[in-house]
Amino acid sequence: MSISRRGFIGGAGAGAVASVAVGSKAARAGGGADRFMGHPGSMGLLHDTTLCVGCRSCELACTKVNSKPKPAGPLHDKSIFSKLRRVTDKLYTVVNRYVKAAGKKPAVYRKHQCMHCQEPCCASVCFVKAFTKTPEGPVLYDPSVCVGCRYCVNVCPYYALGYEYDNAFNPTVQRCTMCYTRIKKGEEPGCAQACPMGAIVYGKREDLLKLARQRIAKFPDRYVDQVFGEHEYGGTSWLTIAGVTFDKLGLPVNASHKPLPELTAGFLSIVPLVITIYPGLLLGFHAWTKRKERLAEQERLAAAAEAKAAAEAAGATKAAQQKKLADSRHAKAVDLAVKKALAQAAKEREAESDAAKKEDTP
Amino acid sequence: MSDSTANDVGVATDVGVATDVGPATEAAPTKRPLLTPFNIIATLILLAGVAAGLYRLAVGLGPSTNLDHVNPWGLWIGFDVMTGVALAAGGFTISSAVYLFGLKEYQPLVRPAILTGFLGYFLVVVGLLVDLGQPWRLPYTFAVQAGPTSALFEIALCVALYLTTLFVEFTPAAFEWLGWKRWRALVHSMTIALTIFGLILSTMHQSTLGAMYLIAPSRLHPLWYSTHIPVHFFVSAVIAGLSMVIFESALSHRVFADKVEITHEKLDEMTIGLAKAACVALGVYLAIKVVSVSLDNEWALLFTPYGHWYLFEILGFVVLPLIGYTIGFRERRPTIIRVSAVITVLGIVLNRLNVSIFAYNWQLPAHERYWPHPYEIIVTVALVTFGVVMFKWIANRMPILHEHPDWRGDH
Repeated sequence: MSISRRGFIGGAGAGAVASVAVGSKAARAGGGADRFMGHPGSMGLLHDTTLCVGCRSCELACTKVNSKPKPAGPLHDKSIFSKLRRVTDKLYTVVNRYVKAAGKKPAVYRKHQCMHCQEPCCASVCFVKAFTKTPEGPVLYDPSVCVGCRYCVNVCPYYALGYEYDNAFNPTVQRCTMCYTRIKKGEEPGCAQACPMGAIVYGKREDLLKLARQRIAKFPDRYVDQVFGEHEYGGTSWLTIAGVTFDKLGLPVNASHKPLPELTAGFLSIVPLVITIYPGLLLGFHAWTKRKERLAEQERLAAAAEAKAAAEAAGATKAAQQKKLADSRHAKAVDLAVKKALAQAAKEREAESDAAKKEDTP
Repeated sequence: MSDSTANDVGVATDVGVATDVGPATEAAPTKRPLLTPFNIIATLILLAGVAAGLYRLAVGLGPSTNLDHVNPWGLWIGFDVMTGVALAAGGFTISSAVYLFGLKEYQPLVRPAILTGFLGYFLVVVGLLVDLGQPWRLPYTFAVQAGPTSALFEIALCVALYLTTLFVEFTPAAFEWLGWKRWRALVHSMTIALTIFGLILSTMHQSTLGAMYLIAPSRLHPLWYSTHIPVHFFVSAVIAGLSMVIFESALSHRVFADKVEITHEKLDEMTIGLAKAACVALGVYLAIKVVSVSLDNEWALLFTPYGHWYLFEILGFVVLPLIGYTIGFRERRPTIIRVSAVITVLGIVLNRLNVSIFAYNWQLPAHERYWPHPYEIIVTVALVTFGVVMFKWIANRMPILHEHPDWRGDH
């Protein structure tokens, strides 16, 4: 009863989360889960670090299966653990000793390799889609399209990818394939088969989770109550259980349960908005700027025209006045000229009559 | 890097031409001396760069770089790509200001900024090709199989389109030089469309370069990691663009004294105006950086060694130039503004290197941390040098720093 009620509340919570998450409508319609929980029936591996003795048989088996050079040093040589080793292009899996033996407590060894995430970062960041999460569980890589940008190598939270830096002309990413070809044939992965301690268990992921939970419940003092890979970054196909906290085993501290690709997806969903909004917005800005310029120009022209009109008006008045003045001056001049002419004429007439008188009186 | 470039140009005694620029050298109208200190140094650097690049192609990334399985990205991505794109942001910043927002008095700065942008992006692509494991497959993302869930896909698409856009925006200068009037008129008629396209593409890929790190919260130090990192990258790109234009225009004024048309007074006036814009942008940037630290409640981290490094970046390369720009703008002191611009540019370089290299993989033990191989440094220095040489070659011939007499005032 209590379990079913918790399940009900959990489901409601998931629904509430889904309703705020972008693009979750389909997920809700599909049964209430707000994220991909892995392909049903997919395979996985469980590494029980409390059983691991650091014999590195898995390393050797891995190199054999993948036709890679043998791992360094004789397998019984424990001095190799003095240094933390990484997964490389030639060594898909490495066993490291993380917590040195102190007192009676045994050393803790952890086998590392690609975790085969349920929602892999590498697949999300690949700009030629070279990675695929198969329904069987393994994340597969297609070297034929790889450009070699190494974005996948750079962002993997587990540092689980190697790159062929010494290959000049056809370098590719190299990593654990979960022995895809073997498991397709129904065989166990090489490492699980080789482990003499039964520390690596191969099976259906859901069964392995149950097994891990059973072990933790049965021996609560032996294990930390966490299955690394159940939820971390959306979950992985490789599961790990241990007697110490996982931060001591070189795994990410406080890994969120949210798949990492979601962190980018939210941003990338905004990008199309830039393409759709910017042209209108910017043309609007441009039109606004143009309009301001046009209005300013109009204002300038209007002001100029007004000034011109005013000037013209003023000029006209002045001209009229001048004309009037000129006219009056002209009239006076005409009067004067007429008077002058009349006076002249009178004078001439007088002179003529005088002359006639002189002629009349010889 | 920028600093040494500045010196290279600074010591150049004249506007000479590099020896390796092809037959057009002879066609130059005035015979310039070839054996100048600048040309000799630049040629040596370029030869070393070509040699290092060929070595990398011949033997692969392993022997030629310090990259490894935990540090797959080094200087070529951190500087050549991440920083290069930010420093080439002047093109879209100035052309948007002039053509879209009506700040026409900055017109003389458009062509140098576009040219720098074009050369910058060109070098980004060259740097990327050197870094890619199989560079000949770069078109696969468009032609064979696209991965649209990747931030890198968007960047590849945007950079390809924007490099083309910048090239087209640059062509009017080349067409004027060649006297191809029709082509010049055609491209000129597209100015507004090109500017809008450039601003869209820049907004997208400048921010998406930051978004590339969203997926790696466990590998990037929390002080630099933020869900707002795309906004940090975009705003700082605008700052980088403005500061580069201030720095470059001052440099060009000195180096190409015979080419520039605008007076010192006019340049000072524009510098003061740009400083005002840079003030606002830097102020916004400082605010959003503080908001990020507050939202994620990372104050305690400031008292760790990485916190000190973070404070060094923020106080030394954001707050200090912000003060410099403010004083320079208010007191009308162009020299203070130019010094602030150089500090800001160095700050952008530091920020991009911090995000991509110094604060990335911060939890790894010291012996696993990355430091660039000499060959990586040589190639990077050579790329920057190539950009400077190309700028000189083009600015000495085409109407970049002055107007072509046939098209005077036609913008």
